[in-house]
Amino acid sequence: MATLDDYKGQKPAWCPGCGNFSILKTFKEAMRDLGLEPHQFTIVSGIGQAGKFPHYLKCNTFNGLHGRTLPVATGIRLANHEMPVIAVAGDGDCYGEGGNHLMHAMRRNVNVKLFVHDNQVYGLTKGQASPTTLEGTVTKNAPLGVFSEQLNPMALAVALDCSFVARSFSDDPEHLKAVMKDAMNHRGFCLVDILQPCVSFNKVNTHEWYKQRAYHIEPGYDPTDRLKAFERALEWGDRIPLGIIYRNNRPVLEERIPVIRGLPLVKQSIEIKKLKTLLKEFY
Amino acid sequence: MDYSIKIGGEAGQGIQTVGDTIGRVFARTGYHVFTNQDYESRIRGGHNFYQIRISDKRVTAARDTIDILAAFDRESIDLHAGEVAPQGRIIYDASVLKQTFDGAQFLDIPFTNLAAEHGGSGIMANTVAIGAMLGILGMDMDVLLAVIAETFQKKGEHVIKANHASALAGFDYAVKHCAHCSFSAAAAAEPKMLIAGIDAIGFGAVAAGCRFYAAYPMTPSTGIMNYLAAKETECGIIVEQAEDEIAAVNMALGASFAGVRAMTATSGGGFALMVEGLSLAAITETPIVIGLGQRPGPATGLPTRTEQAELQFALHTAHGEFPRVILAPGDPEQAFYLTNKAFDLTEKYQVPVILVFDQYLADSQWTFTGFDLEKAVHKDYRLRAEALTSLHDYKRHAYTDNGVSPLAVPGESRHVVVTDSDEHTEDGHITEDAETRMKMVEKRIFRKLPLIRSEITPPGHYGSAAPEVVLVGWGSTYGIIREAVDRLSGKKNIAMLHFSEIYPFPATDRFDYLTLLGNAKKTVCIENNATGQFARLMRAETGYVFTSMVHRYDGRPFTLERLLGELDGHIG
Repeated sequence: MATLDDYKGQKPAWCPGCGNFSILKTFKEAMRDLGLEPHQFTIVSGIGQAGKFPHYLKCNTFNGLHGRTLPVATGIRLANHEMPVIAVAGDGDCYGEGGNHLMHAMRRNVNVKLFVHDNQVYGLTKGQASPTTLEGTVTKNAPLGVFSEQLNPMALAVALDCSFVARSFSDDPEHLKAVMKDAMNHRGFCLVDILQPCVSFNKVNTHEWYKQRAYHIEPGYDPTDRLKAFERALEWGDRIPLGIIYRNNRPVLEERIPVIRGLPLVKQSIEIKKLKTLLKEFY
Repeated sequence: MDYSIKIGGEAGQGIQTVGDTIGRVFARTGYHVFTNQDYESRIRGGHNFYQIRISDKRVTAARDTIDILAAFDRESIDLHAGEVAPQGRIIYDASVLKQTFDGAQFLDIPFTNLAAEHGGSGIMANTVAIGAMLGILGMDMDVLLAVIAETFQKKGEHVIKANHASALAGFDYAVKHCAHCSFSAAAAAEPKMLIAGIDAIGFGAVAAGCRFYAAYPMTPSTGIMNYLAAKETECGIIVEQAEDEIAAVNMALGASFAGVRAMTATSGGGFALMVEGLSLAAITETPIVIGLGQRPGPATGLPTRTEQAELQFALHTAHGEFPRVILAPGDPEQAFYLTNKAFDLTEKYQVPVILVFDQYLADSQWTFTGFDLEKAVHKDYRLRAEALTSLHDYKRHAYTDNGVSPLAVPGESRHVVVTDSDEHTEDGHITEDAETRMKMVEKRIFRKLPLIRSEITPPGHYGSAAPEVVLVGWGSTYGIIREAVDRLSGKKNIAMLHFSEIYPFPATDRFDYLTLLGNAKKTVCIENNATGQFARLMRAETGYVFTSMVHRYDGRPFTLERLLGELDGHIG
């Protein structure tokens, strides 16, 4: 059984007070609780402050390109479906640059867990609007305010019948840990949108701003009712729901591929014998 | 015997099936066959053709003169009647073309009526046409009947019988009405294999142990995906159609990181989208084979046609400095072995390998006596379970004498495998340290490059050992240049130099091709592009400048008589 020290990684280069610290600590606890040791799972990340996440713990890591976490994660899962794969991305990374991949990962229902550090702003490039920035927000490169409507990732995911759709908050570690563990245990693609204050560049959506609005979804809520889930997903502003908004049991991509019903691809040996049969087809 | 058959018609008329069937019959009869296709970017209509050359001697290119033209539409006659040899024949169905043509070359064969009469349905008109062509050539029908039985095996006995009857009806009609035709078929020989460049790449990937293929459909690369998808269950391969080429290259990199051999392929436009992924493969030192099927650009260009205009693109694209390997097979046999070599080199040195081909090579079929499967290399360079577990310490990007770090499969031991698109330390974590950066650059470039170069096979040399004239080419022009040398060697002291392993540029220690060129009076670089991209590379790498160049950039491949005509002006 791993202890929290076993996941110790590099020293984080995040700003003091960043919501990422809480996400990191909570994530380690969730992995420990699930009994997943560092070598037993892989994190794929992209670019941005969230992209640095796997360096600050110990695990198999592919820190790739901006926006491209999900294709890499999909490739890993198809090659080795016994390896739990977590994609960590920011709101700019996966709702902006990699938006196309998000849509198709949901369609495929590849068993990848996408944890989005959603701080509603671009941090690494110093304060530009992200897809989830509130309409009208004034930034250095949008002095007249952001014209585009804020993206609602929860509604998008429910509309695409995403297998697991949840939201949590970095300042609510117990809730976040429970959601992370639920996602890890779910069979299918999971989107967990984690609200997270950016202390350096987002002066609107602060710790206080989220705390005043975020609420836990009530215990009697049925996350399998898609229409109700869509209604809940649309809630934003004065009240922001935290918890599992939607869940279904759609078939998982890896389970539909006959070739890997037995061993994962990476553990299958190559049979050279078949080549003679293949060669005969050309005669 | 050296006959060329051209089958022309609209998209959707089944020209490809007719061509494939005839090609297979000739190959199985033991003839040497070369086929190539010309089609438009549309699903129905337009004008397409399929050309088949057969001989009792080796043939490796298309000729300009044709002996039998099977015209399935009027346009085929308008466009190609002039290419038919004086003793040749143009076969057509007057009831379909709604016109009768006069002249000794024309032979009206009622394909549709004969099919309806003998096979029970006009649908089998194409089978009648195939039978008729064999009848004109004076061939035996046994092979065709066997091929038909195999093709329609799943459709049942009655479909086979109907097609047999149709084929025989066409055959008999042609024999009767082409009594004075001057064709004579050579004696049958040992059956040969007939394979297209694109299938050779797919087959080569399987033989190299490719387990994962992700791609977005794009002519002329789609055939690789089709080939591998058909073998998925049989050979244990996963083929994933990605949402775009960016996803395709990143999926392949993910699968490779996880421990399986992975490939993607595309054409120039898709490759442009993959470029950041190419750079990612380089810094993460993740093995990947990328197939680049060239077609004429810029942008959408001539999407179903051919060109060799992406060599400089493949060489220079992607940000940053890193080594890459570029291989460009000249025929399907080379495509098979070089695909195998691509997988070997990418895993051995952990550098991306780009396999450059084009529509012409992809779609043309060649005959061979066989491929030697023993020559296919399959060496696993990855660190797996036992070997990995026994290591005290593991660093994915450890400095080594040859620059190649141990490539571990994640999850197989307690060691974690960490890699990063940022510059990284030996254990794969982000760093900004200047000294580490320099050491990593040196490891990736300067340590690996000389070793990779030593693996590159020098250009193929064909013809005179001490030539006065040297014809030079790369990639898909291999066959046409080889035949040009054959044609000219009676009159000239001539040879070919053909480059199929292009980068790192071949050294001269094993074969001093620069001296060979230097001793020749005329050296002509023949390229299917407008600006001479290979000639430019040659000059950059060696300082050598060819005495002249022949370029074709109308989106069509070189053909024999036209090339010989053009060469006449350069080598007199």
